[in-house]
Amino acid sequence: MRFARYMGYRLVTALPVILGIIVLNFLLIHLAPGDAASVLAGESGAATPEYMDELRHKFGLDQSLGMQFLTYVSNMAHFNLGYSYRNDADVSSLIIERLWPTSLLMLTAFGTAVALGIILGLVAATGRNSWRDNIISLISLVAYATPGFWLGLMMIVIFSIGLGWLPTSGFDTVGAGHEGWAEVWDVARHLVMPAVSLALFYLALYARLMRASVLEQTGMDYVTTARAKGQTERRIMTGHVLRNALLPIVTIAGVQAGNLIGGSIVVETVFGWPGIGTLAFNALQSRDLNLLLAIFFMSACLIVIINLIVDVIYVMLDPRMEI
Amino acid sequence: MSQTVLELEKLTIALPSGADRANAVSDIDLVLRAGKVTCLIGESGSGKSLVARSILGLLPRPHVRIGSGRILFEGQDLAVAPQDKMRAIRGAKIGMIFQEPMTALNPLHTVGRQLDEVLRIHTSLGRAARRARVLELIDSVHLPEPSRIIRSFPHQLSGGQRQRAMIAMALLLNPRLLIADEPTTALDVTTQAQILYLIRELQREHGTSVLFITHDFGVVADIADEVAVLQRGTLVERGAAGAVLGAPTHPYTKALIAAVPKLVPPAPRPANTQPFIVEARDVAKTYGTRGLFGGRVTLALAGVTMELRRGETLGLVGESGSGKSTLARAITRLLAIDGGEILLGGTDIAQLSRRQLRPVRKRVQMVFQDPYASLDPRQRIIDIIAEGPIIHGTLPGKAREEAQALLCLVGLDASAAKRFPHEFSGGQRQRIGIARALALHPDVLVADEPVSALDVSVQAQVLALLADIKARLHLSMLFVTHDLRVALQVCDRIAVMKQGEVVEVAPTAEIFFNPQHSYTKALFAAVPGGTWQDRKAS
Repeated sequence: MRFARYMGYRLVTALPVILGIIVLNFLLIHLAPGDAASVLAGESGAATPEYMDELRHKFGLDQSLGMQFLTYVSNMAHFNLGYSYRNDADVSSLIIERLWPTSLLMLTAFGTAVALGIILGLVAATGRNSWRDNIISLISLVAYATPGFWLGLMMIVIFSIGLGWLPTSGFDTVGAGHEGWAEVWDVARHLVMPAVSLALFYLALYARLMRASVLEQTGMDYVTTARAKGQTERRIMTGHVLRNALLPIVTIAGVQAGNLIGGSIVVETVFGWPGIGTLAFNALQSRDLNLLLAIFFMSACLIVIINLIVDVIYVMLDPRMEI
Repeated sequence: MSQTVLELEKLTIALPSGADRANAVSDIDLVLRAGKVTCLIGESGSGKSLVARSILGLLPRPHVRIGSGRILFEGQDLAVAPQDKMRAIRGAKIGMIFQEPMTALNPLHTVGRQLDEVLRIHTSLGRAARRARVLELIDSVHLPEPSRIIRSFPHQLSGGQRQRAMIAMALLLNPRLLIADEPTTALDVTTQAQILYLIRELQREHGTSVLFITHDFGVVADIADEVAVLQRGTLVERGAAGAVLGAPTHPYTKALIAAVPKLVPPAPRPANTQPFIVEARDVAKTYGTRGLFGGRVTLALAGVTMELRRGETLGLVGESGSGKSTLARAITRLLAIDGGEILLGGTDIAQLSRRQLRPVRKRVQMVFQDPYASLDPRQRIIDIIAEGPIIHGTLPGKAREEAQALLCLVGLDASAAKRFPHEFSGGQRQRIGIARALALHPDVLVADEPVSALDVSVQAQVLALLADIKARLHLSMLFVTHDLRVALQVCDRIAVMKQGEVVEVAPTAEIFFNPQHSYTKALFAAVPGGTWQDRKAS
């Protein structure tokens, strides 16, 4: 019951944020010099003022700013994100088409980074200053310092061109017509390198964070209490330390889940991954404002949702959070 | 003579190279008997906690380890026992409770689960039987509504309740020995009295042997059957509690006992008829957040009125959360208040802006509780002391000269000037803090628990210094403390605070002989070892 109320409260407070994003979006469109009509007119080379007025009337650009804002909000509320003249397609259908590859890439990279990071951090902390710890620290330092796109290019050189193990780019083998598990396998082979180049930096970060967090927690009094109960070291680690040590990771990972969208633009471009990242990059190059703003709106909403999920996880993990 | 439960034979605990001494403790001989409470008393750094931990094999190895000696328990030498043997003993045959009830419990597990864990480790009882046993123990430590307590998380309980839960956890399996490492140090005095009583009660009931680690002679007088005094790793005196407390033989023990402030009022002084220097009128302060969806608000000061006369020492006494520190900070204007007036020499300073406050600041100076956190670790001592005067317009050269003189006044060597805070002990740092406060020639000194973080012998020196300086410089002092013994020794008048209100103000002797408010009476009754020094005097 209290949890439901908390969720309701969080959803209600998320609404002003979304509204703020919409307002910002709207202002961005109108701050840009010219309007859609002049862009279209410019592209067709020449246009009469009558044709321009007709265009403005068609797009509702001759109405007052307030009216236009209301129309925009109502469009957003109906998920009508506008039309991309560049791609000659509905923005929403463009985005939905690209959403799946991007989600797949992000979730794979993020999941790997968090899960492996936690495990490596735990292994490093439990064998503090041992060879395991040193190797993990060294690897994470290198991974931490390596730019993702460079790593991607190097992997292409080694694993695709040199060894020929993995495909260089794309989402699946074009024209192969795989079905069922063959298709899954095909996509997975394409996914490996982009996911690794996107994940490695975060993996290193979480491994270091987790190591520090575990070491901090093992020094706490409640660990001594558990020892004084006669608990084994293994159970102390899994039963007491682990959950406490996870709390800071959840916080940081939640904040950074948003960064992954930014990171995916570079990686998607390097690997020709047909996701939101490449879409955004192309939209930017061709000044496809409608599309760009829709992507901006969508990723902002995504971050709001991720924050919400993180808060819920946090409340579930930590009873001290008052809800 | 009752049965021996545990025996330490020439126990030596080695410290890593580079520590201030080679061994934390050397050649400790100690016998713990069934049904007896043995107090191991010592100042900070004496090694008393390490002795406690070594028994359970909980030393922070590999840096700190048992060097030599034996720990005999049920025919085994625990000093060399393998880990799995030790695990079978921990929690089952030897229980332990710790100083900080706030941190000794896992914040993410319910109290019930943490107690249950002990039974799961050591017994093969079924779920229902374990639950019954947990409830039984929770009940035996007098926690209300055991079935609610076991579902609670640690942060939902008060400090005293948590310590009770810890005691229940340590006694679940009827251990033969209970090790209590300063179990009441972090608690308020009335809660401390209850916990001490509880330990005594349970220990008598079950004939448990108790090793009680403490630094407080009052607590020793209340609970100990036998006493062992530890001085920098050496056991200097041990014996029956009455003998050691009543007629100590070792000079260190004598000095320690002499340093404990007596629970007697000071000689009556002529009534102070000087004008008020500080007056607080209906000062109110609330902490907390008020949001759109409600919030929590704590009332820290509920309209407090008090006066401090010129040349007087007023004690603010109360338990944690009573608002005494808040009041002290409000008077220094380190804290903005929500309502009321604060008159300094007749002018209201409660509503002054930052800029207007500047000249006023130097008239009220503060000495803080924590000597470790209250000095900037990156500043040299001379700069720490001279900074205030320089801010207020004294030429740097002259300010440093005066700072040198102040170092002398607070009993520090002139060479201290060029050094950094970490090179000093707690007592020395508190002297530096006092010098810093004096550098601005204040009218009023606000001392917020200035000696509560110090060992008893150091505490006596700092108190003597404060008294001396106050008399020499004709200061008025507001002295915040939770320790009635200290308050009796230092203060001319005492104000007792509870839940944001002053419940009683009276001259020290009057409040001692004839406390009016029930809470004042309860506070005096709870002072550990309250009657011990009387007995000695008579």
